[in-house]
Amino acid sequence: MTSLAQLPPHSHCVVASLPRSRGLAKRLIALGLTPGADVCVLQNWGRGPLIVEVHGARLALGRGQAARVEVEPESQPAGD
Amino acid sequence: MELSGERPPEVILALAGQPNVGKSTVFNALTGQDQHVGNWAGKTVEKMTGHFDHSGRRFEIVDLPGTYSLTSGSEEERIARDYLIQDPPDAVIALVNAASLERNLYLLAELLLLPVPIVVGLNMVDVAASHGTHVEAHVLQAALGLPVVELVASKGKGLRELIDAAQTVIDHPDSFQPSRPEIRPNHQPVLTEIEELLAGRSPAGYPPQWLALKLLEGDTDVAEVVREAVPGDVWERVYSILVEHDDAYLDIAGGRYDWIARMVRAAVVRPRRGVTVITDRIDRVATHPFWGLVVLLAALAALFAVTYSVAGPATSALSELISGTFSDWLRGVMDGAPEWLSGLIIDGIVAGAGTVLSFIPILIVFFAALGLLEDVGYMARTAYVMDRYMHWMGLHGKSCMPLLLGFGCNVPAVLGTRIIEERRARLLTMILTPFVPCAGRLAVLTFLGAAFFGRSASWALAALVGGNLVLLGLIGLAVNKLVFKGERSAFIMEMPLYHSPNLRTIGMYVWRNIWAFVRKAGTLIVIISALVWALSTYPGSDPESSVLGIVGRFVEPVGAVMGLGDWRLIVALVSGFVAKENSVATLGVLFGSGAGEAVGAAGAGLAAKVAAAMTPAGGPRSSSSR
Repeated sequence: MTSLAQLPPHSHCVVASLPRSRGLAKRLIALGLTPGADVCVLQNWGRGPLIVEVHGARLALGRGQAARVEVEPESQPAGD
Repeated sequence: MELSGERPPEVILALAGQPNVGKSTVFNALTGQDQHVGNWAGKTVEKMTGHFDHSGRRFEIVDLPGTYSLTSGSEEERIARDYLIQDPPDAVIALVNAASLERNLYLLAELLLLPVPIVVGLNMVDVAASHGTHVEAHVLQAALGLPVVELVASKGKGLRELIDAAQTVIDHPDSFQPSRPEIRPNHQPVLTEIEELLAGRSPAGYPPQWLALKLLEGDTDVAEVVREAVPGDVWERVYSILVEHDDAYLDIAGGRYDWIARMVRAAVVRPRRGVTVITDRIDRVATHPFWGLVVLLAALAALFAVTYSVAGPATSALSELISGTFSDWLRGVMDGAPEWLSGLIIDGIVAGAGTVLSFIPILIVFFAALGLLEDVGYMARTAYVMDRYMHWMGLHGKSCMPLLLGFGCNVPAVLGTRIIEERRARLLTMILTPFVPCAGRLAVLTFLGAAFFGRSASWALAALVGGNLVLLGLIGLAVNKLVFKGERSAFIMEMPLYHSPNLRTIGMYVWRNIWAFVRKAGTLIVIISALVWALSTYPGSDPESSVLGIVGRFVEPVGAVMGLGDWRLIVALVSGFVAKENSVATLGVLFGSGAGEAVGAAGAGLAAKVAAAMTPAGGPRSSSSR
């Protein structure tokens, strides 16, 4: 399984699972990161925080938090 | 006297919304100047209430704290939902941002479970359109089953219609039949089971379905409420269900997003994937690891350049007006009055008020510039760019925003630490905020810098400010390592789309920060200034033989260790404990010139006197350097 932090910019993915910490998971959910949500990575420089787009909103996400979100990368032309 | 302000409100509305939906813009546009800032009962969170008249009725509107959900993760969320349950308004206006509609509807999904009628204000349709997103309000309205009103609050568009819609919902409560989200099917039986256990036993005001749902969501506050209200054996059964289904919150949230997807499916037209919008273009530079930092430093440099070039002259003019023209005029008027009275008023109170007033131009320009950066959406980017550096202190990007505010005034900056969710990170940011050189400290530094370093004063000033910030970093590192043991906190933050600024919102931002300064710091400065004057005048005729002089000389040996061999300097230092800008005012009183004069450009005379008092007093230094 890949983590969100490992995805290059402009890649799309679907959230597979959230961090085990319930407090963190709830904050991510309120900001739109739910299991099954489509995510587009807008910025990922390899270090420092990421910017992702999910449910029509942009989020900055610390690298530590992004590393704990597991995702299913989507292949090039949006296959289901 | 505003007579209309005395009428009790007939309709009470609450304004709810996630951050970045333009809530304060709507609030300001509706209420104008008729606003009241207080605190939520027993809380340190600001409560804004406003009044307005609409079609012959008097409305009160309560601005709920901006939150992403109502799941009691933060004090704001608890306040918002406790208010809606225990003291329900006649209707709630739920503001959503058309540009990030799906995420914004999450709060609505939670609001719909509470027993209050709701109308939706679909705000920022212009910003959404400029980014290629179009929302059909009537389609959304049909799906949701509640009124949806299009707004461009920054231009005042749609507000009348919004209040009309709220009025209709209040007058015809039967017409309110919204679609409500449901938990995903696999946890539906469990939810029903808890509902049945709680039936007839739920504490006053709480809808049982809502309690059951919140329990399943793992809400500790609600668990406490229920545990106290139901018999022990019932709670044991509820509790065992909760333990067994501790993952149910995912299905509750999932159910809400499923509902949202159904609601927006037909109503939203999005740009094709991969279309570059304005925000992407700006962010390519503004959030770049290197260029983003350059942009941030340039923005800060511009902020200070504007602040001191525009406000500097105004400050000198103002302090001269107060300590010169106005004080002289007052002296003339009070010619016959007893000496103690004119002394107290002119050298104590007016001089102190002059110190406060002379900072206001600087603060106005500073907060206006900062408010502009905030309103266009840039502030979130400073947090993003600074995040990796803040990690050295165990903090994250969000701490950067109150620290920036601290350059204007530390008082609102400490209040601003609210935006940081974790207690630990918030505490550390509060500890560090006073190390940010605020406008007051910069004024003291400017004054003392000129006194001691003459022509190279600006270099000395830069070194002092730089040293100050290095100290901030070191203390952050140390506190994080020693006290918090290097714990990390989570950085999760919305990056709003860039949009054009709204002058009214910026104006209110400036006003609130200035008012916080005047109320909290201003009153103290005036009191201290009057007190210093009194203590330095009595019982003797000159400062030497006054209370302050006697005490000051008593502690002189302690000061000498720090190179402050003159008691007057120690007194000035101590008075700075209360408000930094006091120390210059105190020096002014003790060295016998007007305090206001000291702050302005006309402080050269005082500067020379202070420098003279300081230099021969450097006992320890001169002996060591022979």
